[in-house]
Amino acid sequence: MKIAVCVKQVPDAEARLRIRGDGAWIEEEGVTFVLNETDTYAVEEALQIAERTGGEVIAFCLGPERAREAVRKVLALGAARAVFLSDPALLGGDALATGRALAAAIRAEGVDLVLTGSASTDLGFAATGSVIAGELGWPHAWLVVGVELAEDRKSVRVTREMESGMNESSRIALPAVLQVQGGINQPRYASLKGIMAAKRKEIRDVAAGDLGIDPSRLGRAGSRLETVSVALPVSGREVEWIEGDAAAVAAALVTKLEQEAKVLR
Amino acid sequence: MSGQIWAVVQQKDGRLQRAGRETVAAAQALARELGTTAVAVVLGDGVAGAGAELAGMALAGVRVVEHPRLGAYTPGGYLAALAPLIRAGAPAYVLFAHTYQTVDFLPRLAQELDAGFLPEALGFQKVDGELRWTRPVLGGKLHAQVRTLGAGTVLVSLQSGAFPADAVQAGTAPVEQVAAALDGVDLQREVLGIESAGEGTVDLTKAEVIVGVGRGIGGQEKLGPVEELTRLLGAELAASRPVVDSGWLPRERQVGSSGQTVAPKLYLALGISGAIQHLVGMKGSGMVIAVNKDASAPIFKIATYGVVGDLHEVVPALNQALQQRAAG
Repeated sequence: MKIAVCVKQVPDAEARLRIRGDGAWIEEEGVTFVLNETDTYAVEEALQIAERTGGEVIAFCLGPERAREAVRKVLALGAARAVFLSDPALLGGDALATGRALAAAIRAEGVDLVLTGSASTDLGFAATGSVIAGELGWPHAWLVVGVELAEDRKSVRVTREMESGMNESSRIALPAVLQVQGGINQPRYASLKGIMAAKRKEIRDVAAGDLGIDPSRLGRAGSRLETVSVALPVSGREVEWIEGDAAAVAAALVTKLEQEAKVLR
Repeated sequence: MSGQIWAVVQQKDGRLQRAGRETVAAAQALARELGTTAVAVVLGDGVAGAGAELAGMALAGVRVVEHPRLGAYTPGGYLAALAPLIRAGAPAYVLFAHTYQTVDFLPRLAQELDAGFLPEALGFQKVDGELRWTRPVLGGKLHAQVRTLGAGTVLVSLQSGAFPADAVQAGTAPVEQVAAALDGVDLQREVLGIESAGEGTVDLTKAEVIVGVGRGIGGQEKLGPVEELTRLLGAELAASRPVVDSGWLPRERQVGSSGQTVAPKLYLALGISGAIQHLVGMKGSGMVIAVNKDASAPIFKIATYGVVGDLHEVVPALNQALQQRAAG
């Protein structure tokens, strides 16, 4: 099977964030960017399905030039080639504009299945995959924790996570888009051989003009959502900090546990 | 355009849930802010009870969409039921609870209607006569103020707890049955069944003390001191999503939106950054003590006591202090 996997590059979860001068986003300088967490699971799932079915995985990524590193990582993990959409005219869009562009690029490749992560850890719209499905006229499923391909490869049995520890299983016709939740598999690490091989793999750059879509429907111009500013959350209750070396902190905590929480016997 | 505010109210087995009442509370508040009226929509199979509950709320109307094919949620069924209704009514905003079900279909509904799409809102305010919405970004470390551009309906999903359910204003609302043309519609998904995700043998909800570990633990092999602390406190061990996804602790110990919701007397959050998905599962705890290396971690926003430090240093010291206390 020919499988597309869509990935995004996001700030590392441990990154210390500073707000940019204009207040509209974070200062990217000095921030480590990584492959979005659930996307790593989508990549692994795509590779496993391709290995079982004798197919290939094509990576798709929409993002600024720095995201080329994330594309290379997916190639090092085992994707055959990549399509990279870094045209500034495609950036800064909401989930609908971004999904529209990715869907057009995917349509040009003609794949049997599209996998994405369930949500990005930066903007968290959790929508790119389902928008791609809508553009292509395919079914989709969000928060997928299990994928079982039917023998005839015309459908897939999908397990979806629900609230309160329940799972839903359903059958979905292929081609389809599956938005993969973390924990579905154990993502592999890139091998040295994989990293070397990735250097020879094709990364095809696709520009806004190649997509055949009205430019006013793409990127920032095509977005109906605009971030005005970002700020630290306002706290409902003020945290009381406990400071000192580990022993002093421990002693203070024991007092809190004993006298306030009253949980020590 | 009617300019109304609609609340599409999620129900379960024909009854309203807290999430549904929160959506109504938000629609009433937004309608007041914008000087318009609010309407509730409920869909499903056998939802007359939910419609009757909504009829007792201060709303301009209640639309009940009943169809056997809406009994089990499917994206195709929900899209086919909601899209024509919203298109015809042309409300300014349609509000939904930001549940897993909503996240599954809302982007496609926005796409089909060519509507604005604003997921996971925490609130709204008027700035210079313009409506601005707040939503979490970067794992809740920051809140973004966003505005919508262009004309037409905007679909908004509201984070759980953003608009308290008890703020719903009572009243009387006329109920209208709305037909849905769903025969022959592609439901896009054949639901085979719903079952428990895991072994489910651990009930964290009854624990008085919970020690929760997050990504900051750094690996399964580093859990020893935390397990020791759990024993010393007579606590239950819990985990955030990344810890479970990494296979360091079993899923049955996960706290958060896809795990268990807990409210112990004491929640000790170790190396947990505090993504909203985790916070919704433990914010009802009596006392929260958080230990994290990053002082800007969102967990500190709900913590009673905060320690900025390395849990691998703090936990062994705490264990020692507890042992000394027990011996003394």
